Parts: sequence; structure tokens; C-alpha cells
Amino acid sequence: MFDIYCPHCQEHREEEEFHASGEAHIARPLDPDNCTDKEWAEYIYFRKNPRGIHHELWVHAAGCRKFFNITRDTQTYEIKETYKVGQQPTVTE
Amino acid sequence: MTQQNRLQSGGRIQRNKALSFSYNGKTFKGFEGDTLASAMLANGIDVVGRSFKYSRPRGIVAAGPEEPNAVLQLGATEATQVPNVRATQQELFDGLVSNATNGWPNADMDLMGYVGKMGGRMMPPGFYYKTFMYPQSLWDTYESFIRKAAGLGRSPLENDPDTYDHLNQHADVMIVGAGPAGLSAALQAARSGARVLIADEQSEFGGSLLHSNEQIDGKPAAQWVAETVAELSSFNNVIMLPRSTVNGYHDHNFLTIHQRCTDHISDRAPEGQVRQRLHRVRAKWVVLASGAHERPLVFGHNDVPGVMVASAVSIYVNRYAVAPGKELVLMTTNDGAYQTALDWANAGRKVIAIVDTRANPQGELIEKARTAGLKVITGSAVIDVQGSKRVTGVSVAPIDADGGRVTGSIDRLSCDTVASSGGWSPVIHLSCHTGSRPVWNDDVIGFLPGETVQRQLTAGSINGEFNLKGCLEQGTRMGAQAAVNAGFEANVDAPAATAAVIAQGPAMALFHIPHNKPTSRAPKQFVDFQNDVTAAGIELATREGFESIEHVKRYTAMGFGTDQGKLGNINGMAIAAKSLNKTIPETGTTIFRPNYTPITFGAIAGRHCGELFDPKRYSSMHKWHVENGAKFEDVGQWKRPWYFPQAGESMQDALNRECLATRESVGILDASTLGKIDIQGKDCREFLARVYTNAWAKLPVGKCRYGLMCGEDGMVFDDGVTSCLGENHFLMTTTTGGAARVLTWLELYHQTEWPELEVYFNTVTDQWSTLTVSGPNSRKLLAELTDDIDLDRDNFKFMDWREGTMAGVPARVFRISFTGELSYEINVQANYGLHVWEKLFEAGAKYNLTPYGTETMHILRAEKGFIIAGQDTDGSVHPYDLGMGWCVAQKKPFSYIGKRGMAREDCVRDNRKQLVGLKTKDPQAVIPEGAQAVKDPNQPIPMTMLGHVTSSYYSAFLGHSVAMGFVRDGLSRMGETVYYPLADGSVIEAEICSPIFLDPKGERQNV
Repeated sequence: MFDIYCPHCQEHREEEEFHASGEAHIARPLDPDNCTDKEWAEYIYFRKNPRGIHHELWVHAAGCRKFFNITRDTQTYEIKETYKVGQQPTVTE
Repeated sequence: MTQQNRLQSGGRIQRNKALSFSYNGKTFKGFEGDTLASAMLANGIDVVGRSFKYSRPRGIVAAGPEEPNAVLQLGATEATQVPNVRATQQELFDGLVSNATNGWPNADMDLMGYVGKMGGRMMPPGFYYKTFMYPQSLWDTYESFIRKAAGLGRSPLENDPDTYDHLNQHADVMIVGAGPAGLSAALQAARSGARVLIADEQSEFGGSLLHSNEQIDGKPAAQWVAETVAELSSFNNVIMLPRSTVNGYHDHNFLTIHQRCTDHISDRAPEGQVRQRLHRVRAKWVVLASGAHERPLVFGHNDVPGVMVASAVSIYVNRYAVAPGKELVLMTTNDGAYQTALDWANAGRKVIAIVDTRANPQGELIEKARTAGLKVITGSAVIDVQGSKRVTGVSVAPIDADGGRVTGSIDRLSCDTVASSGGWSPVIHLSCHTGSRPVWNDDVIGFLPGETVQRQLTAGSINGEFNLKGCLEQGTRMGAQAAVNAGFEANVDAPAATAAVIAQGPAMALFHIPHNKPTSRAPKQFVDFQNDVTAAGIELATREGFESIEHVKRYTAMGFGTDQGKLGNINGMAIAAKSLNKTIPETGTTIFRPNYTPITFGAIAGRHCGELFDPKRYSSMHKWHVENGAKFEDVGQWKRPWYFPQAGESMQDALNRECLATRESVGILDASTLGKIDIQGKDCREFLARVYTNAWAKLPVGKCRYGLMCGEDGMVFDDGVTSCLGENHFLMTTTTGGAARVLTWLELYHQTEWPELEVYFNTVTDQWSTLTVSGPNSRKLLAELTDDIDLDRDNFKFMDWREGTMAGVPARVFRISFTGELSYEINVQANYGLHVWEKLFEAGAKYNLTPYGTETMHILRAEKGFIIAGQDTDGSVHPYDLGMGWCVAQKKPFSYIGKRGMAREDCVRDNRKQLVGLKTKDPQAVIPEGAQAVKDPNQPIPMTMLGHVTSSYYSAFLGHSVAMGFVRDGLSRMGETVYYPLADGSVIEAEICSPIFLDPKGERQNV
């Protein structure tokens, strides 16, 4: 069970308080009506499934209800950093 | 019964506290301080079970969690039955009731054994795959037979009366194991001021020191243990947990500890006490000092009762004052096991011989044994054991230098006990749990913990350090290091307690003792006792092409018992490696997974059972519903009234009555469970326009609007009415089941996509009670309860809401309708809900005000063709599929969620399944929900399926059934006939029609 640092609450809390919400940094296209079907499908369906460093969106569901990002190693389950929505990761490989 | 194997003196037992226990219906005596196993051995109980495949008699082999045979059924009553208890880990208490779990008619006199004796060749590895494959229809028969024969124990047929619980712990330093290394580590960490948690699976702290003859700091080891435990007890920053097995080491230094709080006291936990507790520990740093298990050697008939692991014999003699026999033959590959022969001799029992597989062993203990006059036979091995229910003798033969073959003639020695030692396997299980691959070490002759990503240190014999002095030193250093790492001050070079170093010669890497016959012809040489895996079986598996150790394990079932191969796995790997001409590390590693030892369901469940399994949610009118005979339905965690049957009514009778009363006069529904989200901020209108498919820019204060919510794929996922409470204030309602999901969805888009919008969301579901009053008399009824809300049809129109008082309390009244009738939803503060509900009934008697539940609500809305998101939608339908294009805005400036999705090629194609009404030819026939539509019921299977029924009921008001369902291209097939073939062979015929069966113009709700 993960020990997760919430960047909003600024403390470590148990995984039970959080929900994973998939890959982070998936931006909604600014002009959806001019996206091709392929571009729209990329946005809504296609996700990375990396072995190693992965940036994930989580929500502190049973806490502050804020979404934030986690950089996590999918092999070791190590959490490298957590950061707020709108910020960029410092660990990328 | 006398305890014939009990020694006259010594041990850590309380001889003045005699305890009675029963095994297989017979009563025996033991002492406080005994385990069930030591008490059984004291009483000369040789056979404790029958083996899995061959039904061979089996006795106690070990003294700890690695015991494969003495796995018993405990419990004095049906409710307190516990299967799979290792007798070696169960402390004796007065009145303990135990039974062997297998053997028919009993373990000692077993008829299956005869089958087993014949069946040796009938049950090779892969037996199950090979034998029970065909015919498949007989599997149920095979399975029950196998289970009965397999001795897996049984679960109780009655509820467990005891209480179990969970406890969250936070530790700076968590120490696993309280032997010499663990205790030394705890002492250093405790002195630093760190919060220390130390757990050990045994009843007392001390580990191997509890049966050791060695000295620490010039004192007997047991005295050092007592002093150390006393010092640890004096710290208020230390928690000590005996009888507590650290069963799992999970991510981010999270460990689970299974504590047996009262299992040593009585059959049931004493009043007011918790029987077992699961500690959930988050530790900053962990020190694994989990020790090592001695490996038995693999030799002919090494499973006859009386054959034991060498150190177990020492434990029984020294700790429990039990000599499990009279005449001992010890076989060893190393110096350490000589201590067992010395202990045996010190207990006044006869050592027949020490058989050392090494040609020329040299060491302090060997000298000691020789000085004591014990016979040492070198360069030899016990190749076979005689006896069936107890050892009667052994065959000893010389072997070559690498232990590959027998080189000379066989000698017979008579004895009743055989102890063997093939060296020690570090207990690396917990280290493996975290995903760390173990590493083979040729000097240790065993696997050591590998690299880890956890904040973990290791100390003692888990590192292959088998000298007491080294264990004390490693523990001392690692305890201090863990404290430093966790941010405390400690001296990592602090002096450790000291012990003498016993000079030992090198051990021999030998696992499988050769026989003068080839393995396949030799007497059975058992590797895994619990699953009856033999050396020959492993060799056969490799001959049949299983080269990966993981495949060999699955094919032979090695390590798949409740002991998880603690004794046998390394031996089995060594045999597989040799057979494949590889080294052990080349053959593979062994990976252990949680849990280290079996854990009870009680401990896993803790308090999360019965009433506390899942929270239940009740509306504020729940008491009234119960008193008025409601039948309830679970909707998520909510308990909702399903229908309100009166005396003598069937469910359909009740539904018919409720529907008619509502359509003809007035009915009332408790709709409090609907999700309610309060939305505020200057941009809430804009936000709503982005998440709903329809327009929200111009909805005035005091008005309500229905909205559909879609995903980015254009598929409907929730719906509800949202009301404008103020210029910057809205109240959104959602489906009961969708409330939490919708709130998270709104937050997701606000926080990640449109943070620039000023808007705030909060759930108010629990703050408001919702009372839906529906039917032609609803206005008249409400008028009796309010004097400040103008209910006039022109002043309070359909889709308006008004604020005022209702039955004297502040209320919001929404004129919206899910039944098609004149209808009002009254929202009042939840604590007034029951009051208003009761006032409505006082005034409503003259109108025959009738409470109705969710089922009538479903029928009434289906008559009107209103969908229920989640019942009539399944994530694959967009608004146009539902015939709800009227609810999709085309000209909103912002490309709202769902717009682009429903414009995808697949969403705009012809021939999609569309929601339509279904009118059965037989007006009384009700098509089952889920029934599949076909065009031609006579088409051979597989038929072409056109869609399925999503909602279907009998309508008493209309006098016929009503149904909705998907039909391919249904909206352009009005009037056509489709067929619903059912599982019973009958076919229901239906005509495709509009889903609005009642009042298509909406006149009833606009009166």
C-alpha cells in the first residue's frame, strides 16, 4: 500500500485516501470541433503503459478532494515526486 | 497417560502447571510453556497425519512455522473450528481440542494408506493433469474425493463468535524477529529515542537463544534475553509484540503483522478481549532479523515419524524438556548440527552415531562430540530409514567426496530417531515480498536477500551469519543504523554484547543423499512433505522437459502447501539443478509471496464484517418506512423503500395499488437519495454549459432544467434536473448511484482543464430530504401545508421552483415531474424530513395519500418513456440513440463535453441501436429485462440479435405491459414486429412504438 504525499495537504497519507485517475498531462484539445476522429481518439482512448517512470493523475478523494500528479516507477512502485496540476515533473527518466 | 518422553528436569516449561488437551478424542497432559507439538511429542504421539498423495504416516519434523506435517484442526465447538494450525506454533492451553485433518478412519489407522502403498507408481508428478483431465464431467466427483483425501482441514459451519481487529501503527524502526540480532537492534534503536516496534512469532522473545547453551557477556543466553527484554520494557518508545508474525512486507515500508492475542489462553477469546489483531505498520526503516531455517537432507524414507530436523530436536530437548525418542542417529553436512547430538547425550539419551557426509570434518564441536565418546562416522550418509509408523533403524553407507554416489557396503544401525541437517536457509521471505530477487551465495549455501528499493536493513542469520557473536554485532550495528537513517542520533559503532566464537570447519553443499539404486528405483526420498514431492518426481519433471524451476514447482506441486515449501524448496531446486546439469542460481531463484504463514479470515476482516462490512445510508424518513412495512432495496449504500405491501398483498398487487393511487389521486416518494451538488461562483453558468449537452446561459433564477451529461466519447453517463437558485448559485441533482462520480467529474474538469472558471462544488445530498408528491391532488395537498408559497398554476409553473415554508419549516419546492403527473419535489433540511413527511400524511388521509417505492417510481416513469441513466444506458449510447436529440445544443459557443465525441464516424453512422418502446402483442406479457430482440425467431442459432430490453413492467393504469429497449435502427422501424425468444423456449412478440405510452402531450403534468 502506497504512502502518498499530497502536495495540497503537505503531508504523507495512506493510499486508501486516494484514487488513481490515469495518466497525467492529457490536455483536452483546445478546439475539439476541428480535431480529426483519430486525434480525438488519441485524446480519449490512447494511453502510455510504460515500464518504469510514469506520470499519473491522482485525487485525494477522502481528503482535500484535490487532483495532483505523481511520478511513479511502475516496476518498483517507488513514488519519485508529487506535484500540483499545472506543474511539470522534475523526474522524467 | 504419562508423558513418557518428558525429561526429568530443564526446559522453559512450568511443571507445576499441568494442562489437559485432547488429540483425536484422547486426553493427554502437558505443561504451561509447551507448544501443542512439544506436548504431543512428550506423550509419544508419533503419527500426526497422513500424507497428501500416498497417505503415508507422518510425524512432527520441525519446531516452528516451517513444520509441514503437524497441521491440525483446532476447536472445541463448531463455531471455534480453526483449520491448518501448525502444532509447533500453537501454545498449549487447558482444554485444547485438536484433531488430525486427514486419514480415514483416522490418521493412525488409515485405509487410504493401502491405496497409497499400491499407488506409488500410480501417482507420478502431474498426476492431476494426467489423471483427472477426462471426462470433464467427472471433475466434481474427483474434486470431492481429492479434497477428502488431501487433508486441507475444514472451515467452521457456524459464525466465529470472537472479535478480531485492525490497528494502524507508525514506527521509526520496525524490527522483525527477536532473536539475538533483533534484540540487539531493538536495544540500539530504543536508546536513540526512535519509536521502535519489534515483533516475533514465538510466545517469548529470544529466538534461538531460548534453547541455546551458549553464553552472552559471560551469562547464560537466556539470562541476557531476560535482561534485554527488561530493558526494552522500560522504554515508553518501544512496542513489543510476541505471538506476532510479520506476514507481509508491502510497498513503501508497509508491513502487516498477525498477532494472536488470546489463541494461547482458551478456545474462545475471554470476554471483552480481541482474539487476533492485524497490525498495519508504516515504518520509516525496517530491520529484518528473521533468522534461518535448518534444511533437512533428502534421503530414502526420510518421512518416517521420528525423522526430524536436527535443530528441532535440540529445541524440544532444551526448551521443552522433551526427548522425542531414545536412540538417535544424526546425519549432518556441517559442524553446527553436532550440538544436537551433544544436547541429546546431555539429556541422558543414547546417541547411536553421528553420520557426517564429509570425509574429514574438523571443528570444535566435533572434538567435543568425540571427547564425549560419541561415535562419529565420516564420509558416510544415512541412505534409507526403516520403520513405518516410527523409525526402527537406518542404513548407513559411505559416499564419495561430492556426495554423488554410494561407494561401499551398507551398515544397519538400529535407532528410533533420526536428525538431519543440510545447513541453514536464511528466512528471506519478507525481503522477497517487496520484489527483491534473492541472490545465491556459495559460502552460505543458501539464498540471501537481494537488492531492495525499500528502506530495509538486514541483520543476523538472514545474512548467512550463523555465529552468535556475529549476529549480536550485526544487530547492534543495524539497529543503530536504522535509527540514524530514521533521523535519530545513535552510535553505529557501539559495542555489541559478546559471545565466544566456535571454530567450525567448512560445510558440504549436499542436499540429496545418494542411494545405491538410481533415484527412480530407490526408496522414496521426500523433498516436500506436505505435497508428497519426491526427488524422483523432480527428476521426472526435468526429464519430461520442465526446465524452469517455476514450471517444475507447478508440475510437481512443490512448495504449494500451506508451508509454502519452507523446508523443501531449496532442496528441490538443488535436485532440479543437478538433474539439469546446472548450478542452483542458473536454475532460478525462489520467490516467496505474502503471507509468510497462513492468516485467518478473521484477522483479515477485522471489524469489517456483519453490520460494519459496508456503511449503510438511511434517509431521515427511514424509521417511518420501517414502521409502515416497506420492503427495501439497496441502491449503492442506500436502503431505499422498494414497495409498501399491505396485508395479504403480493408485490404486483402493491405496485398496482401504488401506481393507481398516484395516477388517480396522490402518491409520495422518498427521493432523498438523489445526488445533490451545490454549485456557486460567478462562472457556474458557463461551467454547466460545458458539462451538460444542453443550453444553460439563459436559465433564469427560479427555474429548473433537465440536463444530460456525457463523457468525452459522447456517451450518456448521468442526468438530472438542475435549478437556478441565484444568479451565481445552482443546485444540481444526479442519479442516486452517480452522485459521487459526478462530483469527482466536475472537480476533475474544473481543477485540470478550466481552473480559470470561478466555481465551487459541494455535496449537499445528506443535508436535504427530498419528498416527491405526485398526482392530480398534489397541489391541493401542498396547499394545506404552506401559507407563503403561491401554488397557483400560472404563478408556479411546471419547471419552476419556489422558496417558502412547508409544514412550518423552510423549504424549497420544485415543480418537476418524473411520473408525468402534476408533481412537486419538496426539499427541507434533513432533520425536518420526517416531520414534513408525517404532516403530509396527516393532511393527505382524505386524498388517500399513498407511499410508493422505487419499483412504482420505475413503472410510472417507464409509462412516460423517461430513461434511467445506468438502466437504459450502458456507456455505449449517445443522446441521439435515446431519441433525446432535443437535449443536445448545436450552437453553444464552447465545444462542451460530449459534443465532439458524438460526432465521431461511428456515432453518426446508420444502423445504430436506438431506444424505442415495445408493445407486446399479448398485453399481459411482460418481456424479461435483458431479453434479446431478433427479427426471425425461427432462424437457426446463432440468431441475428438486434438489441435488448432495458426496462419492462406491467402497467396497471394502462392495463398492459410497457417496455423500452434497444433495437437496431429502431427509430425508423416504428410499427415493425420484433421477437424475444426466451430461455424456456417461448417467444414474446412485440411491436416497435414510441416509448411514451402515456400522455404524449404532457397534459397531466401541466394542469
